[in-house]
Amino acid sequence: MHPVLITIIKRLGLGLVTLFVVSAIIFSSVTMLPGDFGEAVLGQAATEETVAAFREELGLDKPAWQRYFSWAGSVLKGDLGTSFSGRSASGVDRSRSVAEMIAPRLKNTLFLAGVTAIIAVPLAILLGLSAALYRNTLYDRTVNVTTLTTISMPEFFVAYVLILLLSSLYKVFPSLATVDPDMLLGERLNRIALPAITLTLVIVAHMMRMTRAAIINLLASPYIEMARLKGASRSEIILKHALPNAWAPIATVVAFNLAYLVVGVVVVEVVFVYPGIGQLMVDSVSSRDIPVVQACALIFAGTYILLNLIADVIGIATNPRLLHPR
Amino acid sequence: MSASDDVLLEMRDVHIEGFSDEQWHPIIKGVDLVLKRGQIMGLIGESGAGKSTLGLAAMGFARAGCRFTQGSVTFDGTNLLSLKDSQKRKLWGTRIAYVAQSAAAAFNPAHRLIDQTIESANRAQVRPESESRQDAVDLFQSLNLPDAGNIGSRYPHQVSGGQLQRVMTAMAISARPDLIIFDEPTTALDVTTQVEVLAAMRDMVEKHNTAAIYITHDLAVVAQMADVIKVLRYGEEVEEAETRTMLNSPKQAYTRSLWSVRSLEKPQEKGDDIVLSMQGIHAGYGKVRVLHGIDINLPRGKTVAVVGESGSGKSTAARVITGLLPPSEGAVHFNGHPLPAALKDRSTEQLRQIQMIYQMADTAMNPRQTVEEIIGRPLEFYHQLTGREKEARIAQLLEMIELDETFLDRLPSELSGGQKQRICIARALAANPDVIICDEVTSALDQIVQEGILKLLLRLQKEFNISYLFITHDIATVKAISDEIVVMYNGKVVEQGLKNDILQPPHPEYTELLLSSVPEMDPDWLTQLLASRT
Repeated sequence: MHPVLITIIKRLGLGLVTLFVVSAIIFSSVTMLPGDFGEAVLGQAATEETVAAFREELGLDKPAWQRYFSWAGSVLKGDLGTSFSGRSASGVDRSRSVAEMIAPRLKNTLFLAGVTAIIAVPLAILLGLSAALYRNTLYDRTVNVTTLTTISMPEFFVAYVLILLLSSLYKVFPSLATVDPDMLLGERLNRIALPAITLTLVIVAHMMRMTRAAIINLLASPYIEMARLKGASRSEIILKHALPNAWAPIATVVAFNLAYLVVGVVVVEVVFVYPGIGQLMVDSVSSRDIPVVQACALIFAGTYILLNLIADVIGIATNPRLLHPR
Repeated sequence: MSASDDVLLEMRDVHIEGFSDEQWHPIIKGVDLVLKRGQIMGLIGESGAGKSTLGLAAMGFARAGCRFTQGSVTFDGTNLLSLKDSQKRKLWGTRIAYVAQSAAAAFNPAHRLIDQTIESANRAQVRPESESRQDAVDLFQSLNLPDAGNIGSRYPHQVSGGQLQRVMTAMAISARPDLIIFDEPTTALDVTTQVEVLAAMRDMVEKHNTAAIYITHDLAVVAQMADVIKVLRYGEEVEEAETRTMLNSPKQAYTRSLWSVRSLEKPQEKGDDIVLSMQGIHAGYGKVRVLHGIDINLPRGKTVAVVGESGSGKSTAARVITGLLPPSEGAVHFNGHPLPAALKDRSTEQLRQIQMIYQMADTAMNPRQTVEEIIGRPLEFYHQLTGREKEARIAQLLEMIELDETFLDRLPSELSGGQKQRICIARALAANPDVIICDEVTSALDQIVQEGILKLLLRLQKEFNISYLFITHDIATVKAISDEIVVMYNGKVVEQGLKNDILQPPHPEYTELLLSSVPEMDPDWLTQLLASRT
């Protein structure tokens, strides 16, 4: 078997181990949340007997490690459990399965993240490459200062400025990003334009600066001087001689930012009232809806692990030393 | 055109400055250089003489942080210094090519060798790409590269340093340039590999009647390659002459001093009192076995030179002795008693007895510590010296290495290469060791500086009866310092004996190859050697 394949399988295995550890951490930290779940869910009015019955039904009276393994076991079988919400003190059970609650929210989040990524990643890499090509010129400084400015402002502030400019003063895009599954693609894109632009402004700087630094770092290598002395032009040097050796650090920072698009955008979701998974998780934490919180956290952890794995694979696949061993 | 027709390159009054410490310093101070078509000029001098800068200047190129301030570089009738970058790029790689010192660093790790070989020819559309590819294979063939048809599809890390250097020669010649700048192309190679690469490069430039500037600090190498030799020092020309004239009767005292370094030779002395012995050592890294049962004996107060090419296990042997790498079999005996295999099991006293000096004095010292701290540390650690006693001892040590107390507060970055190595010697001496392991301690130094260090080591040996295990690949150094020689090859000891016995024929096959590969100051040496080998 090709050694790269073995490396990838090993990384995948390590990723699963990480996920397992993370699941234990998630479970124990949720368990340590203050307050009584039964009371939080059923409300102050619930009698002690109902609360006790509720706790027994959900298995909350069992020891934590037992609950963890039964939860982890059903997750492995693909069952994320049933939400705590929708129950009431009267014993009426309108609760839904966690998967059913999360699925549409996750789709929305991935849609927004995907659209943002399609804009932001190529933009950041192009800006980074051109800044490296024209480094220390006015262009380079302008790009640097602009992207630094956007990353330095809190994202809600960027969001409100954009709403003010593109929604209130000039009615280009809607300020509310409410979407529903029946909308056509064009309408959905129009709705999420402002959050996508906000997120783009937030993540471009990091990726662009890393690309620029990775390229400039390589420009001091002897093989770059050699390329110059072989008659290569500036753009050839950047694109043909430096970039192929810079994919690994670029992929790492891109993965980091894409993960952020999935797990860190709750503020933007709140500002634009976008029904994403971040809002769902925050709501579930406040309502002590443990199964939903745990499932969201697990999805977030999985996203990080998966994206970093992909970045590692790109790093390996673009390194001839690993791809073509001696 | 002012130049006559057969003049290819004419550099007049070239001045170049470099920027450091917030100001511009002159690097090249008005050098003239005239090269005819098909002629090979050797540029020699110590590091810092401006050889490489002048070589690159011949292409109209100044490294980042350097600039031309005066003069002209006329290549085939055009002053390169008046051209724009885009115009110079049209000449680079196609009419003037460059061969760099470290092929391993100068090849782009991301591209296949053949694509890099034909890159310049392709860009200039010298010929259709398919023809360039075929031409590259032919060049690989005539450079004696193994599997010439397929080696081009490999990546740089997949071939050896000597092969890479030959591929780089093919890369330079691919577009059939008029001029090639060779910048120390064999410095990083073993002597046995160097011979092959030199022969290949010489054949190439002869066959294609290419003019060349060959930059090196090794006189014997330049004697094989060049028609004329120019000696540089401090960015100025010392003298220039036809190769044989230059070798036989150099005019300037400086040139003669360069020539004389190689004559340093010490009479051998036999020693029977063995202070350190390696017995049946097997060792390696992980699954890779490097040493296959070696025995080396070091007599007290004598020098044993360990020679061999890279990968022969010389430095691994040193790591075993110091305890950095415990052997899988065998033991190291000191004064007849076995030493614990691992560093951590040895007592302070055992550690004190064996000290080490490294090739790169730069990286062997903490850049944030002053000379006083560097030398003072072993005094505290081994001898518990403090205060005035320590200061007195440091002053004494500095005197031993021929430096004075003004050096106490300096940082390593404020020392020259030779001074750094002297500080490392003082640090080793501070422990009062019985044995010092010297791992290629002069390889990174210029010949004149080398001579100073070797003389210092010999003097210290006499005064303090220290034993040296001297690891080197340079036979001239071996002649200069050793009493006994150990020849290593592929992790085995080929032979060990007194210097004159080893250097006198008959030799085992490998020793013969190694010794015959050492370039001599005779312009016909390479030709004769190649003739004798076929």
